[in-house]
Order: sequence, then structure tokens, then C-alpha cells
Amino acid sequence: MFDKYIIDPASVANTGPADAPTGFSFTTKLGYYRGLGLSMVEDLKVSIDGEALPREAVLFDEGQGPLTLDQMEEAFDRRWAFGAPATITVALEGGFPKGEHKLTLQQRLRISYMPFPSFNNDEKVISF
Amino acid sequence: MKSKIQRGISLYSFQEEMFLGRMSVEDVVAFGASIGAKGIEILPEQNMPTFPNITDQQIGEWQDMLARHGAHFTCYDMFLDTKRRKDRLMSDEEQVESIHRDLVLCNRLGIKNMRILIFVRPDILEKCVPMAEKLDVHMGVEVHAPWYLDHAWILRTIEVADRLKTKHLGILPDMGIFMKHYPPAFRARFERQGARPEVTQFIVDQHEQKVMCEYTIYEVAVKMQGNKAEVAMAETLRHAPYANPKRIGDFAPYFRHIQAKFYEMNEDYTDPALAYDEVIPELVKAGWEGTLSSEYEGNRWIQDVHEVDSREQVRRQHVMFERLIAKAEAELA
Repeated sequence: MFDKYIIDPASVANTGPADAPTGFSFTTKLGYYRGLGLSMVEDLKVSIDGEALPREAVLFDEGQGPLTLDQMEEAFDRRWAFGAPATITVALEGGFPKGEHKLTLQQRLRISYMPFPSFNNDEKVISF
Repeated sequence: MKSKIQRGISLYSFQEEMFLGRMSVEDVVAFGASIGAKGIEILPEQNMPTFPNITDQQIGEWQDMLARHGAHFTCYDMFLDTKRRKDRLMSDEEQVESIHRDLVLCNRLGIKNMRILIFVRPDILEKCVPMAEKLDVHMGVEVHAPWYLDHAWILRTIEVADRLKTKHLGILPDMGIFMKHYPPAFRARFERQGARPEVTQFIVDQHEQKVMCEYTIYEVAVKMQGNKAEVAMAETLRHAPYANPKRIGDFAPYFRHIQAKFYEMNEDYTDPALAYDEVIPELVKAGWEGTLSSEYEGNRWIQDVHEVDSREQVRRQHVMFERLIAKAEAELA
């Protein structure tokens, strides 16, 4: 319902030392019409040019401190509020690749009233 | 015959603008009040960022804000995260506890109606009735497409309410169950995604004739070798029932609030898809007392090509409500 708004393309930035980046980060909103407990976010799949980065490389932070995606599934007392930006950080040596590349995010959510998982997809072309 | 129907809005209707930070909750309430829709339906999990931890001070701020606009709460939309944990479903006790939490917050907000998600089991709700009675909150199971008023799952809730002789358990119809015509906004979106006009016309014609959806899905997917968009459009028919508006009077004692779902309004203040022109006279005839609460859900069908204007859509729906209510009152006079 909000797929096209999930990635904020202007937020993409490298992390770590400027001359030797260790990864990149960007902000994202939950593609859902209400907030959700973090334990129900099953996966945040980040890809560059169609190639998925390892799940272990991804950290999520809605403002209460970074979590791995495995930790996120056990975070029963934290919520991602409706319309609220959160930060995804991805470990990637050298940072976001130079030039024009496609950044893709797939959010996989466990919505209790739905018979199947909910997938939200966004893709933005990033010039870096 | 003077109707006792009131008009209101669900904050759900403005999800596009609120998600993008273009409208605040107060902007929505002020807009509702400006068109005479002063009943406000809230989704605490959408509109209260600190949910489920809400202080008395926050509740006071909400009440003050509503008072500034002469508005009032009508309904609390609850959720139940039975799949909160990956390894197991919530136990029955945990489900009851979660619903109790919502009933208490609903009561603290001074709200008398709670929308219960349709998947919540009737036997779980039965266990919540004592708390609902104590707090004087009506638990209304959302009758949402593809379910409909007479669906056996809904009748189970009615059976529990009758057996307990309680006024605090019933239903809460979502007007999406009265889809008389296929929504043009859906069709246009599928055509933009590559559905061929001759195939979309076939699907619309089949729905217009109320052919059972599986025939159409098979025709499109197998016989017509439909592409992805065409098959997806055919599959929407699984969620497109046209329930019988004549049954409203029989169910009216069981509901006190209506989610007035819609996908798009015409410029002439008519709904191209949902049979409000048949539903509203039945509500008036039944002497039903409650709120028609706008639930605009068109944003997701047009946001790929148009700027979403939820205000204009909701405004048009309320002009329709006023006209249809007045017409029904005149005819029943």
C-alpha cells in the first residue's frame, strides 16, 4: 500500500571512515497502515543491482538502538511506529558502490490476520 | 421518518497523507468537522505512536484536541497479534489478555465501540464479554469482504451474543461487502500494469453478472492465458462480494457502527462500485442508530499515477450520505 515510499533515496550515505567506508545506511518506513512490533518483521532483504546482501550484514534501528535481524525477531517490547523512519545499516566493504545502482528493499512482515506473509517492495536508483 | 444516522470518519481514510507527514491527526479531525463528520474512528496502533503505553496526559491531550473541533470518538480499531512470536501462536489466555488491554484503553479514551478483527475466534470473544460488559464497550466483529452478513463464521458470533444475551458483542459491517459493480479504479490500475482491455472488460462483465469467481479466474488464467496483471485482477473477484442489502434490517440490532469503505467517488457524488444507494435506505428503514464512518481505501489504487486527495474523496462521500439519507427519510415519511 506504500511500496513506492519505503526507501528514502536521499538518505543513502556511507558509514565508517570517509576514506575507507565499512558499509552504508538509509532510512525506510514500514509499508503498512499501522505500527508493528519488531518481532513480526521477519526479514529486511537489501539488494544492490538485484544481488541480495547477507542477512547477517543488516542492522535495524527504529531509534532505540541497532539490532541484527535475528535480534529483531526477539524484540517483543519494541515497535516500529506508523509512518516513522527507521535506519537500516548494511556492512559492505567500500560502502555503497560508486555510480548509478539499483537499491532494493523487501520487507517481509508477519501480519496475524493474513493467511500468508506480507511483502513490501521498493526499488530506487541511487547515484553515488 | 427522521434518521438517527450520524456521519464520521476513520483516521484510516487519510493514511496516505499521514504516512507522508502531510497531515497530522488534528488536521484530519479539523477537516472531518468542517464537513460535518464529527465522529472520529481511531486506530491506536496507527495514530498513537507510543502504543500500547498511553498516559493519562496523552488521553487528556486527545480529548482537548477533539473538543477544539467539536468532535468526538466513535470507535476504536483493535488488532490482535496472534503471530507475535515466530515459534508459536499466542495461547488463548494471551489472546484474551491482549483484548482486555485494548478494552481498557478503549474505555480510558471514553469510546463505546470496538472494531474486532474478523479473524478473532468467537470463543475467545466469549471469554472477553464480562470485561466488555464491565467497561461498557461493544465488541463488533468486522464483517469484511469476502465474508458477508450471513456467512457462517459471522453467524457464530451472533450465536454467542444471543446465547449470552449480551449487548456487548455483535458485528461491525464494512461496506465493502456490498460491491455491486467492479471498481473502475481497480481496473485502471491493472490496465496500467499490463492487463489488456478486452480481458479487463471480460472480468468486469463476469462480476456484473455475479458469476462465481472461480469460473472467471479459470477462464482468465487457463483459457485466455492471462498475463500476471490479468490473473491478479481476476483473483480480486475472490474478495468482491455483493451481499444482499435487504438483510441489513435483520442484522441491525447487532451493530452500532459502520465502516463506510470506498475506493473512489465520482464527481457527481455517486459511488461507482458500492451499493450505498441500496444500503442507506435499509438503514433508515430499520431505524438504525450509529455512525457511518468513512473508510477511504483508494490511495493504493491510484498513487502510481495520481496525487492522492483523500479530503476530496471523503468530502464527496459525505455529500452522498447527506443526499441518500434525506431521500430515504422523504420516501419513508
